[in-house]
Amino acid sequence: MTTPQLDGGFANLSHDAAHAFRAALQAMARPGRIEMLALARPPAPCSQAAGALILTLCDSTTPLYLAPSHDQPGLREWITFHTSAPIVRPEAAMFALGTWDALSPVDRFAIGTSAYPDRAATLIVEMTSLATKGASLRGPGIKDRAQLSLPEIAAFQDNRRRFPLGFDCYFTCGDRLAGLPRGAIVEG
Amino acid sequence: MNAYNFAYLDEQTKRMIRRAILKGVAVPGYQVPFASREMPMPYGWGTGGVQVTAACLVPEDRLKVIDQGADDTTNAVSIRKFFQKTAQVAVTEKTGEATIIQTRHRIPEQAMTEDQILVYQVPIPEPLRFLEPSEVETRKMHALEDYGLMHVKLYEDIARHGEIATAYAYPVKVEGRYVMDPSPIPKFDNPKLESSALQLFGAGREQRIYAVPPYTRVVSLDFEDHPFDPSKAPHPCALCGAEDSYLDEVITDDAGSRMFVCSDTDYCASRREDAA
Repeated sequence: MTTPQLDGGFANLSHDAAHAFRAALQAMARPGRIEMLALARPPAPCSQAAGALILTLCDSTTPLYLAPSHDQPGLREWITFHTSAPIVRPEAAMFALGTWDALSPVDRFAIGTSAYPDRAATLIVEMTSLATKGASLRGPGIKDRAQLSLPEIAAFQDNRRRFPLGFDCYFTCGDRLAGLPRGAIVEG
Repeated sequence: MNAYNFAYLDEQTKRMIRRAILKGVAVPGYQVPFASREMPMPYGWGTGGVQVTAACLVPEDRLKVIDQGADDTTNAVSIRKFFQKTAQVAVTEKTGEATIIQTRHRIPEQAMTEDQILVYQVPIPEPLRFLEPSEVETRKMHALEDYGLMHVKLYEDIARHGEIATAYAYPVKVEGRYVMDPSPIPKFDNPKLESSALQLFGAGREQRIYAVPPYTRVVSLDFEDHPFDPSKAPHPCALCGAEDSYLDEVITDDAGSRMFVCSDTDYCASRREDAA
């Protein structure tokens, strides 16, 4: 009997979560830098990096939205077994997982309130490629300029305009991970 | 068998702290509320910094802990031993060798690098708290970016003392948005808040975490006609002769004799080693 929904979690829970968080922290603190994160083996179509992020950050207190690209029984069961995260609609989500097209329109996600800007969603965007080229980035965490292959430009410019409100993004592709906080200034 | 989970905290707690840290990084200078835990040390002894460090540590880290710049004071020694015991991480007193530095009230003299994380212990994270005791009101003031009260306070300093008399915990504005308490570091250290290292701040009793990402703009509040002055005691270090370091005044007898020495013990010791 194979039980894919039970396999592929962290082999060493506390150490793997620590390494995964450190990668996630560096990615969010330094937009344009790509971290490697290959500690989890989630069912398709979820990437290793996205799987590790979910194992590291999600639990029963973090509602998760699975976009149509990723709303599949195997992945649902895997996430439920390993994290107990409730699967919810986009408006109620603290985390969201999917391809950019499937997550769009992204203005459905929580952007926090002026008193509590931390109450905003984190989007985990699965990419077919992820590289340090393309859109030009400035802002906190970036020395002069950085580049990252974003799925589009306008949505991130709109997001920046609402600072300090806005959603934060991780981009994942295989075992590669990059971050884009709401404060990043994105130029074409 | 080791009786502790890695870095003491349980995984559920670390996830909660990690999520708060990430939101702090995403909104530089904004104080993210978190469910601070009881730690096996009293509030005021760095429980906030300890929780942030515990959430960030990986087994390969090399940890340095300083208290007012010194590696060998009670607070620093206890916290260093705590993580040696609960996380089995390597420790060091050398600023350049550390991957994570937990600090109480100083920024090391040696410039931090991209590969390092600086974790501050924070007593009162709210820069407006002594001006406005109500959390409801200060939260509103941050939301509205209403920092007039802080400028009035600095102005009153000038009216009374002829200069801005705030010497530590000197308020800064982060990335042009949030006014932030950099913890009670001397204002001498404020220019070093613009760093290539990631800086994380943990306040345990007050249950707040905040962050300054690398290369973030951090401006000390001032006035055009009273610009910010980091200032230091007009002496060289009595031990290593450094003219550029922050100095502690040490009373040496009952007759009023005193000497000025580097507050950063590693900086002072390595300068003396180099000279020898």
